[in-house]
Amino acid sequence: MAKKILFIEDESALQKTFGEVLTQEGYDVVKAMDGEEGLRLAQSEKPDLILLDLILPKMHGFEVLKQLKDDEETKDIPIIVLTNLESTDDVEKALELGATTYLVKANYDLEDVLKKVKNALGD
Amino acid sequence: MSFKEIIDQFNIPAQCRKYSLPLRQCPQFLFVVMGFAIGSTSIITYVLGTRYIVDPNTVALIVLCLTILLFTISFVIIRSLERIAEANRLKSEFISIVSHQLRSPLSNLKWSAELLASGRLGEMTGKQPEYLHIIKENIVRMGELVSDLLTVSRIEQGRLPLQKTSFSLKEIVESIIEKFRPYAEASNIKITFEAPDSLPQAFADASQTKSVVENLLDNAIRYIKGKGEIRMVIEDKGNHLLFSIQDTGVGIPEKDQKHIFQKFFRSANIMKHQTQGSGLGLYIVKSIIEKSGGKIWFKSKEGEGTTFLFTLPVAQAQKTVDKNN
Repeated sequence: MAKKILFIEDESALQKTFGEVLTQEGYDVVKAMDGEEGLRLAQSEKPDLILLDLILPKMHGFEVLKQLKDDEETKDIPIIVLTNLESTDDVEKALELGATTYLVKANYDLEDVLKKVKNALGD
Repeated sequence: MSFKEIIDQFNIPAQCRKYSLPLRQCPQFLFVVMGFAIGSTSIITYVLGTRYIVDPNTVALIVLCLTILLFTISFVIIRSLERIAEANRLKSEFISIVSHQLRSPLSNLKWSAELLASGRLGEMTGKQPEYLHIIKENIVRMGELVSDLLTVSRIEQGRLPLQKTSFSLKEIVESIIEKFRPYAEASNIKITFEAPDSLPQAFADASQTKSVVENLLDNAIRYIKGKGEIRMVIEDKGNHLLFSIQDTGVGIPEKDQKHIFQKFFRSANIMKHQTQGSGLGLYIVKSIIEKSGGKIWFKSKEGEGTTFLFTLPVAQAQKTVDKNN
């Protein structure tokens, strides 16, 4: 069965480009446009991996991350933070809250991000 | 001005932080200093007045008028200083917001172009790859400009992260030369590098130092027109390392030399040869070197070439200084 990836990102262009790559690689991609929707879908869909932006409408990415890690049902899902915030404070905070990897969009190529996703899923 | 704003004005350390200014340049602090000066002047006037003027009412009137006059003048001066500081702060904030906002659309462009180039959406034909390459190159250029703007706003807000460690400056320079060699050879430019075999380690931020050397080498290559040479040297000067990079490029006209480290400044003669560039590189370079405890300067003659030199503290010397402190 195809592995399921939840992609929480409010930029539809990014969702489309990276979503396309993930679908082509054979993953089942579930998309969420804001923090609340992301949290709800994480609980109902039980994805194998979550890609999480930080600046999101309705609920900030840090809060989503915290709630996902506090919930017994979702706490073991690996989370890759994919954002344009790059201060060391943000990176530290995300990793402290339990994110697996922290990637700054502007510094990564599409294929590099794909590699990180595959690594996190053990593919 | 509301009551709360007036109360906030008295929180001097917070005001200095807001403007990212040292205490002695902070308008609110200067206001307090002026206050003391006015107070002392009033007392001196009073003492002198009682000695030489018989009528106590006249003395009181003179002291009062003088105090009001001085106070008004200083208030006006300090207010205008504060406006300048505020304008400066808004400008830095503006740069920071704009550059952050530019990053999202840039990431979208970058990833879309990469997706097209990857062939995942079908192979491109004819001249399509060539034009996609132009798009990609320009996305990279814009990305670099935005990242330079962000660095400048961090420098101005005093938030440039510097993680000082001991590292080999020689190894950094060697790896940068390897990276730039094809680019230099394409323009018929020869790069030479000399450094003693045993060189102490430098103590600074390794990745920022790397960007400094890259920037200086990139400039040197860019401003050599036709065949040329670049000579890089590291010397051990005891408690610091001296790095120099000499080129046979177009040089900097004498009248422009004093502006060369200012941000957004671009010399008139390079505008003739090469219009690309933001004028931010050398400003960033200077800030990084100075924050690392080094110095940077240059020698240049128009038409003959330029030599940039900088120093960085040596790791061992840094340890001794720490002990002394």
